[in-house]
Amino acid sequence: MRVNFTVNGRPQEADDVWEGESLLYVLRERMGLPGSKNACEQGECGSCTVRLDGVPVCSCLVAAGQVQGREVVTVEGLADYARQRSCGTGGCGTSLEESRQWQAKGTDSRTGEGTELAPIQQAFIDAGAVQCGFCTPGLLVAADEMLERNPDPTDADIREALSGNLCRCTGYEKIMDAVRLAAARQGGAV
Amino acid sequence: MPANGAPTKITQGSQTKGGIGESTLRPDGTLKVTGEFAYSSDMWHEDMLWGQILRSTVAHAEIVSIDTSEALALPGVYAVLTYDDLPTAVKNYGLEIQDTPVLAHGKVRHHGEPVAIVAADHPETARRAAAKIKVDYRELPVITDEASATAPDAILVHENRDDHHSGHVPHPNIVHRQPIVRGDVAAARRRADVIVEGEYTFGMQDQAFLGPESGLAVPEEDGGVHLYIATQWLHSDLRQIAPVLGLPEDKVRMTLSGVGGAFGGREDLSMQIHACLLALRTGKPVKIVYNRFESFFGHVHRHPAKLHYEHGATRDGKLTHMKCRIVLDGGAYASASPAVVGNASSLSVGPYVIDDVDIEAIALYTNNPPCGAMRGFGAVQACFAYEAQMDKLAAELGMDPVEFRRLNAMEQGTLLPTGQRVDSPAPVAELLRRVKAMPMPPERQWESSEGADVRQLPGGLSNTTHGEGVVRGVGYAVGIKNVGFSEGFDDYSTAKVRMEVVAGEPVVTVHTAMAEVGQGGVTVHAQIARTELGVAQVTINPADTRVGSAGSTSASRQTYVTGGAVKNACELVREKVLEIGRRRFGSYHPAWATAELLLEGGKVVTDGGEVLADLVDVLEGETVEVEEEWRHRPTEPFDLRTGQGNGHVQYSFAAHRAVVEVDTELGLVKVIELACAQDVGKALNPLSVLGQIQGGTTQGLGVAVMEEIVVDPKTAKVKNPSFTDYLIPTILDTPTIPVDVLELADEHAPYGLRGIGEAPTLSSTPAVLAAIRAATGLELNRTPVRPEHLTGTA
Repeated sequence: MRVNFTVNGRPQEADDVWEGESLLYVLRERMGLPGSKNACEQGECGSCTVRLDGVPVCSCLVAAGQVQGREVVTVEGLADYARQRSCGTGGCGTSLEESRQWQAKGTDSRTGEGTELAPIQQAFIDAGAVQCGFCTPGLLVAADEMLERNPDPTDADIREALSGNLCRCTGYEKIMDAVRLAAARQGGAV
Repeated sequence: MPANGAPTKITQGSQTKGGIGESTLRPDGTLKVTGEFAYSSDMWHEDMLWGQILRSTVAHAEIVSIDTSEALALPGVYAVLTYDDLPTAVKNYGLEIQDTPVLAHGKVRHHGEPVAIVAADHPETARRAAAKIKVDYRELPVITDEASATAPDAILVHENRDDHHSGHVPHPNIVHRQPIVRGDVAAARRRADVIVEGEYTFGMQDQAFLGPESGLAVPEEDGGVHLYIATQWLHSDLRQIAPVLGLPEDKVRMTLSGVGGAFGGREDLSMQIHACLLALRTGKPVKIVYNRFESFFGHVHRHPAKLHYEHGATRDGKLTHMKCRIVLDGGAYASASPAVVGNASSLSVGPYVIDDVDIEAIALYTNNPPCGAMRGFGAVQACFAYEAQMDKLAAELGMDPVEFRRLNAMEQGTLLPTGQRVDSPAPVAELLRRVKAMPMPPERQWESSEGADVRQLPGGLSNTTHGEGVVRGVGYAVGIKNVGFSEGFDDYSTAKVRMEVVAGEPVVTVHTAMAEVGQGGVTVHAQIARTELGVAQVTINPADTRVGSAGSTSASRQTYVTGGAVKNACELVREKVLEIGRRRFGSYHPAWATAELLLEGGKVVTDGGEVLADLVDVLEGETVEVEEEWRHRPTEPFDLRTGQGNGHVQYSFAAHRAVVEVDTELGLVKVIELACAQDVGKALNPLSVLGQIQGGTTQGLGVAVMEEIVVDPKTAKVKNPSFTDYLIPTILDTPTIPVDVLELADEHAPYGLRGIGEAPTLSSTPAVLAAIRAATGLELNRTPVRPEHLTGTA
């Protein structure tokens, strides 16, 4: 079957999709977006979390056909998504001045240095919340969505919101630090 | 070299930013938060096929026949291979004993053993094809425990053993046995005023790394193959893969892909050979990715164990003697069992002074899932048991459990049961003092103005209590773990370091084969290079087999050994650079010959701080490169009868205090806090040190209250191979983990550092158990503790 949907703001078309394929498989193997992770493929670990029409879901549990005509945001689109959100509804286009000064960004393909990041992504790096990193994409999508709903969460709120995302490396302490840091920065406290 | 215990003093590189001792950030951090970091399951290749493994549905059986015809007939299928298709006479592999068949030959010995492999153009086609392979099994009785393994008429799991342990084991179904005898236990026992005994059970734990076993094998034009793989040790894999493929090692190229955690579970091979066989057979790139179900069958687990301990003590609280017997279930294949036995045995006494001991540890061959390496490696099971014993003794003597431990704590100079003297700081008593001194979490944290916050209570959002029936308990534990490979193993690492001028800047490149599995070795290597060579820009090359072996990312050894190799190679580069400087500029300034010279901020400076030259000018167009192996102090094997020998390199100590709250009516446990104090020698990257301690602590928490692979004792089949039924701690299950880091230098180690990754996994589990015992008054001799053990309904 053919599936048309929007991924990270861009219309996409997937052809020859088997009826049994998950959204996760289509993203990873057909769209070249392997950022959403395949840690359990049974909806238990949260590593494949994406936003489907704004709602965080395990993309491994969503059949590809279910996303027809809908909007998906993955970790690869998180920085853009956060930037647009921070611009609000007033629009956030490129000013004439900016467009005149446009130049290729000095992104290092090997280290990613120079890449524009969402605040939650930067906070995960700064707080040491990334070790092997396999849980990180799903946690970022989930944490970003929680901060959108609840900009000033208590520790118990953070734990509840992220309880569907398993991490095996960190013991979660630095993940807590990262979310607190992102909330504080968002609130202008840091 | 720092003196023992004195803080490490850094001279070279102390003025250069981003060196050791700083919490520099991960070089792969940005790629990991943007989703661009390429894990082994993310690999993709034009024209790629998908591999699938057919695994046995029974634990122990003869294979009567295999019929692959229907699978081969399925459109989209490119190859179906069985044992008969293996290309050479080498058909087994293994870390130490080559007893593991690449594909089952005539017999399967455990549930989930690989029987056949398929390559197809879509993963679902490959799965369906595997399901069409018909295997006719004739089932055999299963060996599942010591009694069935050593019964007079027991079926041998492996017939005709000729491995190097087969000569000294008391039964062919015992992989390895290591006794340790020292002193006179009978005499010491007579001095004891109290004697306590216990029989303990440790459940089978899974590493549960999140990145599934996976990789991509690409056939190459010269008849070789290039494997992109997640592993803990590239060169160990290579040594096992190449002979099965019938290729020389230089035709099997290996590049490390992104590794989604390891914890010991990637020491053994999983899909490596299977992917290479399919790629070479079809001439196409083949990718294999396990799903979680298969991952539970695709790697070895932590050995479940039965431990019998007897300790004695005098009335004034001094330990008199210890007798123990540790039976580890190694499952169907040897994997790392012999080394796990060595650890369990040599560390069975714990971080205590006991002169008179009688110790025996064995690992069994059974038809249970194969067990091998997992974080803590044999020391974990023993720690659970001896720490329970310490609490029992303290209770018998009416002593405080922490003070009792402190009274018997080992220290620098203590003689271990193996006769080896501890010749670096062993601050066991101090760690206990520190962890006890940490502030206690407030009582009834769940109370708020709006009533109870159930998220902070046992049962959590299931809303099972608002505080009724909830009792608090506090428990302590401490442990000892060896660092590095022991028992005479040649545990070296290799590093290649290059300095050159790029775009007007001195740049250093570090190349090793070290498997970065998340621990942050790549961060630390860059820090070491900055410190040793005084430059800002350091590039870490991807790990592959074009450079010599780095040894395994396990045994808490990589910062010590590959870190040591990088430091050593940097020192050699520094010497060469200074030689060039002396040659070029020596005549211009006498300090080149007379002063101690350092590299700082891209310049050659004297120890007085005078700048002699810019590295850019020293090097001109030259490139300085060194590739060198580096070794820590050698160790010796343990004597097979007495267990005597200087078997270990270094030790690592951590202590925990657990605070738990138990809903005694429902048997639900909420761990409120797990405080840890650990000596790390020198924290090369303090942020990463905390990450290791908190992560290790949480894995210990998991096996205390939830994690266990359940194997049916009648069929030896795994009952819970999923994250639905095998539970690992979530962020709601995990408490705050305050950490107190001590830095007492070990003069034998680079920068005085101590391997740190495993020790926190040891003491976390018994601390939680002790706290639950304190809350409930129950004996609790097994881990994990389940609700039925607390409610008396087990």
